[in-house]
Amino acid sequence: MTGTQGTSTKLARLHPLPLRIMHWLNAIAILVMIGSGWRIYNNDPIFGFIEFPITFTFGGDPDITYRHNGDAGFSNALLWHFAFMWLLVANGLAYVIYGVATGRFRRMLLPVTPRDVVHTIRETLRLHLAHDDITMYNAVQKLMYIGVLCVLVLVVISGVTIWKPVQFSALAALFGGFQGARLVHFCCMGLITAFLVVHVMLAILVPRTIAAMITGGPPNPRLDGRPSLPAE
Amino acid sequence: MQRLASLFRPQKPIDASVLEEEAALVEAIHRRFVLRGTLSLGALTLLTGCDISNKEAVQSTLRKISGWNDLVQSALFDPKKLAKTYTPAEVRKPPRFNAFYPIDEVKPVDIGSWRLEIGGRVKDKRPLDAASFAGLPEQEIIIRHVCVEGWDYIGQWSGVNFRLFLEKIGADLDAKYIGFRCADGYSASIDMASALHPQTILATKYAGEPITAPFGAPLRLRTAIKLGYKNPKWITALEVTNTYPGGYWEDRGYNWFAGI
Repeated sequence: MTGTQGTSTKLARLHPLPLRIMHWLNAIAILVMIGSGWRIYNNDPIFGFIEFPITFTFGGDPDITYRHNGDAGFSNALLWHFAFMWLLVANGLAYVIYGVATGRFRRMLLPVTPRDVVHTIRETLRLHLAHDDITMYNAVQKLMYIGVLCVLVLVVISGVTIWKPVQFSALAALFGGFQGARLVHFCCMGLITAFLVVHVMLAILVPRTIAAMITGGPPNPRLDGRPSLPAE
Repeated sequence: MQRLASLFRPQKPIDASVLEEEAALVEAIHRRFVLRGTLSLGALTLLTGCDISNKEAVQSTLRKISGWNDLVQSALFDPKKLAKTYTPAEVRKPPRFNAFYPIDEVKPVDIGSWRLEIGGRVKDKRPLDAASFAGLPEQEIIIRHVCVEGWDYIGQWSGVNFRLFLEKIGADLDAKYIGFRCADGYSASIDMASALHPQTILATKYAGEPITAPFGAPLRLRTAIKLGYKNPKWITALEVTNTYPGGYWEDRGYNWFAGI
C-alpha cells in the first residue's frame, strides 16, 4: 500500500507533531547536558590535553556565579546536568516507545544492508547523492540515526553508573569500574557531539529538512495508509 | 516660560532624597522586570548560549529539582548493600587531599585540647576527647573515595563504627539527620539511613597509622556510600536532628544526598 487512501483526508506528514516535539525537547536536553557536562569535566579532565573553553560550557559566568553561590559554576553545572537528565531520559523513553509502537523505526530506519551503505558512500563521493525525497533516508543516514540512538542509550547507562557506582555495582563492573564508566560516558559525548556537527551541517545544506522538523514536512508515503493526523 | 499653576502639580520640587532612600526598592522592581524578560526568552537564551544559571527563578527551580533528586536517591539507596572493598596493596599513600582551600593552608587541630561536642537528640551529650576514641572498638574499611569532580582513590580507614557510636551516646536513631561542624569552618550533614550503614565510620586512622593533619586528624567521617564532600574532616561538633542542617557545599548548590 502506498498511503494514498482517503482522497479528502490529509496524508500523515513526514514528522508527526509528537515526533517534532520530542526532537526539539531532545535538542534542548542534549545541549544542556553537553554544555554542563563540559563544565563538570573541566574540573577534573580525563585527558590533560582536552579542556573545554569556558564560553562553550554551561553553568554561569564564573565571577557572577561566585558572587551568587560562593562557587565558580561547578555547582550550577551539576544542577543543570542532574535536572536535564530527567528530560533526556523521559523524552528518550517516550521517543523509543513511540518509534516502536507506531512502526516508525521499522519504516524509517530499517533495513540497512552493507550493500546499501557502500552504494550510498560511493554515490556521495561521486556527488550523486540524491535528496529530492527527504521522506526517505539513505543507508548512511539510517546507520547514523541507529548509531546515535545506541550511543544515547550507552551515555545514559554509563551516566547512571557514574551517579551510583555503589548501588549499581554490577554496571560499574561492566564498565571496568568507576573510571571506566567515566571514560565511556566521555567517549559517548564525543560521538554525540560529532553526530550533532554532521547532523546540523547537513540540515543547513538541505534547509527543507529543518522546515520539515518544524512544520511537519511533506506527506510521508511510507506511512502505510495510516489514518492521517489532524491538520497542523 | 512661566509654568501654569496647577492644583495637580506640586508647588515645590520633588524631594529627590526619596529616590535614594528607596533605591533598593527601585532596583528590585527593575530586577523583577529583567527577570521576567529573561524567563520569557528562556528557551532562546539557552540555545544562544546566554547563560541564565544565576537568575533567581532558575536557581530556585534547579535547587527544587535537586531536592527531588534527594528523594530519588534515598529511594535507590539500599541500606544493606555493601560497597566493594579492596586489599591493602591497592591503598593510596598518602590519601588525596581536598578541601575548599589548598593543602598548605591546613591549620592542624591541637589534639590535646580537641573535643567533640555532641548535641541534639542524644542522651549523653558529654564532649569527648581524643583519648575516649582510642578506647572504642575499631573497624577497618578499605574503600573507594569518589569525588564529585570525578577523581577517586582507594583508602584504608579505621575507627569506630558510626552506628555503634550513635547507639553508645544514646542518639535518637529515628531522627532524620546528623549534622557535622569542623575546625576549619566546613560543615556537612547526612541522612540517618546512611549514618547507620555498616560502612560508615568515624575514622581516626589511615593505613593503620593515626590520620595526619591534612586528612582530618583527629576525627573525620568516612562512608563508602557518599561522595567525598559528605566526609567531613577535623570534626568538632556533631548534632542529631530533625531540622535540615545543610552543609558548606550544599549551601552553594551541591546536591545534598550525594549518595553513590
